[in-house]
Amino acid sequence: MAEGAAGPGGAERYFTRWYKPDVKGRPCEDFCVLQHSNRICVITLAEAHPLLQSGKTIKNINYQISANCSRLQNKVSGKSKRGAQFLTELAPLCRISSSDGEEYTIYSCIRGRLIEVNENILSNPALLQEKPSTEGYIAVVLPKFEESKSVTQGLLTQKEYEEILMKRRSSAS
Amino acid sequence: MSPVAEKDRAVVQLLLDAGTCPRCVLRFCSVGSQLLYRHPQQDLLKDLQEFLKNSQEKEGPVCLEVADPPCKRLRLEHEEEGADELNHNGAIPQLPSAGNTGNTGNTGLDSSAGRVCNVCLGILQEFCEPDFVKKVCQKVNSADYQFTSFVFSVSLPPQLSVRERAAWLGVKQQMRNLGLPLAKDDIVQLKEAYKWIIHPQLAEELGVPADGKSLFEVSVVFAHPETDEECHFLATACPDCFKPAKNKQSVFTRMAVIKALERIKEEDFLKHFPCPPSSPKNLCDALEIQCNNGAVFVAGRYNKYSRNLPQTPWIIDGERKLESSVEELISEHLMAEFKADSFNFSSSGREDVDVRTLGNGRPFAMELVNPRRIHFSAEEMKRLQQAINDSSDKIQVRDLQLVTREAIGRMKEGEEEKTKTYSALIWTDKAIQREDIAFLDDIKELRLEQKTPLRVLHRRPLAVRCRLIHGMRSEYIDQHHFRLHLRTQAGTYIKEFVHGDFGRTKPNIGSLLNRTADILELDVESVDVDWPPSLAD
Repeated sequence: MAEGAAGPGGAERYFTRWYKPDVKGRPCEDFCVLQHSNRICVITLAEAHPLLQSGKTIKNINYQISANCSRLQNKVSGKSKRGAQFLTELAPLCRISSSDGEEYTIYSCIRGRLIEVNENILSNPALLQEKPSTEGYIAVVLPKFEESKSVTQGLLTQKEYEEILMKRRSSAS
Repeated sequence: MSPVAEKDRAVVQLLLDAGTCPRCVLRFCSVGSQLLYRHPQQDLLKDLQEFLKNSQEKEGPVCLEVADPPCKRLRLEHEEEGADELNHNGAIPQLPSAGNTGNTGNTGLDSSAGRVCNVCLGILQEFCEPDFVKKVCQKVNSADYQFTSFVFSVSLPPQLSVRERAAWLGVKQQMRNLGLPLAKDDIVQLKEAYKWIIHPQLAEELGVPADGKSLFEVSVVFAHPETDEECHFLATACPDCFKPAKNKQSVFTRMAVIKALERIKEEDFLKHFPCPPSSPKNLCDALEIQCNNGAVFVAGRYNKYSRNLPQTPWIIDGERKLESSVEELISEHLMAEFKADSFNFSSSGREDVDVRTLGNGRPFAMELVNPRRIHFSAEEMKRLQQAINDSSDKIQVRDLQLVTREAIGRMKEGEEEKTKTYSALIWTDKAIQREDIAFLDDIKELRLEQKTPLRVLHRRPLAVRCRLIHGMRSEYIDQHHFRLHLRTQAGTYIKEFVHGDFGRTKPNIGSLLNRTADILELDVESVDVDWPPSLAD
């Protein structure tokens, strides 16, 4: 039953990790999708994301992604999660700005219905950096039943992602 | 003495002429004596013939007037066969059928004995005879049911209602034409008369009384394919009575037909349906003879000692994940002993596949559908419990007993209201000392806010639920492990309280200890529901 990061350590025993590196061609802007065996997906920053590198301070997290769309307005009701905002693969979830003036857009990475966004990081942005793959998650997305396998097809496995990280390091040195 | 009143004479005559059986004649004359219907139909026919003859002698033909032409026309249209003997005898020449020559040699009264009734299609004829009763009882006896009474139910083809209506309109029209006062509408229902006749015979043959409240049902479904299409004209007349329904094979259900018959105007009905109805060639078919025993309920408590055993079969995409389940380990034995068709398992909550249920166990109940065997002594129940317990070391059952359907509600009430106690084996990332966890023992009535756990979010609504941890007791094991005993409100997600579920349960053991915590093992130590009653060993 245990997949991905097995053994004690967070609630990750039942999740498979998928990665999407250099999103929209922006170097090291990598995201991680934690997919539960029940097809629920949790979107997080991957460890190489610039926001998680030392020296970065988060200034602001904004779920208002356009003039008339705020992810905070997302409301779902019932078992079938009626009323959810539908996300395409490159739908923005939020924008995070850091004290050095940079702004980063966080993308859904998978198609599905937005179930919730993490409001805890609004009041406590440090969570994002301290526990990026647990309490500092960005959002929960539920892929369509018939797409639950295909949504992760374009993503990298943990092993493939680690190879990319190795390559980056060797080209940097 | 005559079974029918003098005023019904014309009705008797009309119906017998049209090929109606003597019992249906009695029904249309509102004869309410159950005993009378149980007489052999040949005797009844003789009685009615006698009655017609006598009343004829007594009162003479003067009391009846010649029928109006419209009625005559109608009669002529639908009465090719079966002219009646009385006309030849000149007994009642004034009846409309007098217009028929009747020289066919088919003498009405004699032949009507062997003819299929144009109203009941044989229900009050062949299907009241001992041969049919024997057939039903053989079927019941071969099914090997335990029962102390029975209720007999009959399903009649819907066109019987149409024919009944046609016959009644015929009677009404005849009476009007003859200038006689209209009889009352309260004829005896076919089903009622049938039960009057067949109940005593079935009771005698089965050796138990008929009882409308009996849980043992013997049901017979009759069909009459020859006349199945006779309802169809109603669909054009009353289209809104015949809406297709998902689980119905035909829109012409008995209820829909009855509804349409209530709505349709008399003259429209008569335009589309012969009145009186024609004589059928064949009897009804008894399509099905079935038995059904009311469900019985068994309750008890179960322990689950395995971390690889789901409560109910775990099947994903048609593929079994684990070979057995609590439900199956228990139901196997119950199904075999009660010889039931199927079962429904319910319990006071449920545990995850990897969670054990210890202590006194979890209350459960099982509905056994259509059981052949229903009587079990306390001793037999104990042996049954023993058989379940001997067959597997993954589960144990106690307090196994027969209960009522109503009592099961108690178990479900408890599911929401009562407390549960658990024991959890917890791991922490950073080292702990005894004193780091001691404070947990002092926390009372800790209020949690739990968002629907991610592991069940795909099938439950997203909500924040408040739950109480009534109390906790910790047992230090080593630098990274301790055991926590918890007493909680029902409905608390324990695993999420320990690891926090991405911070979605607040507070959680991780946040309380300021560490990352995870749950390695979980046991239910008690489900505090006082039902079913505990039994002495």
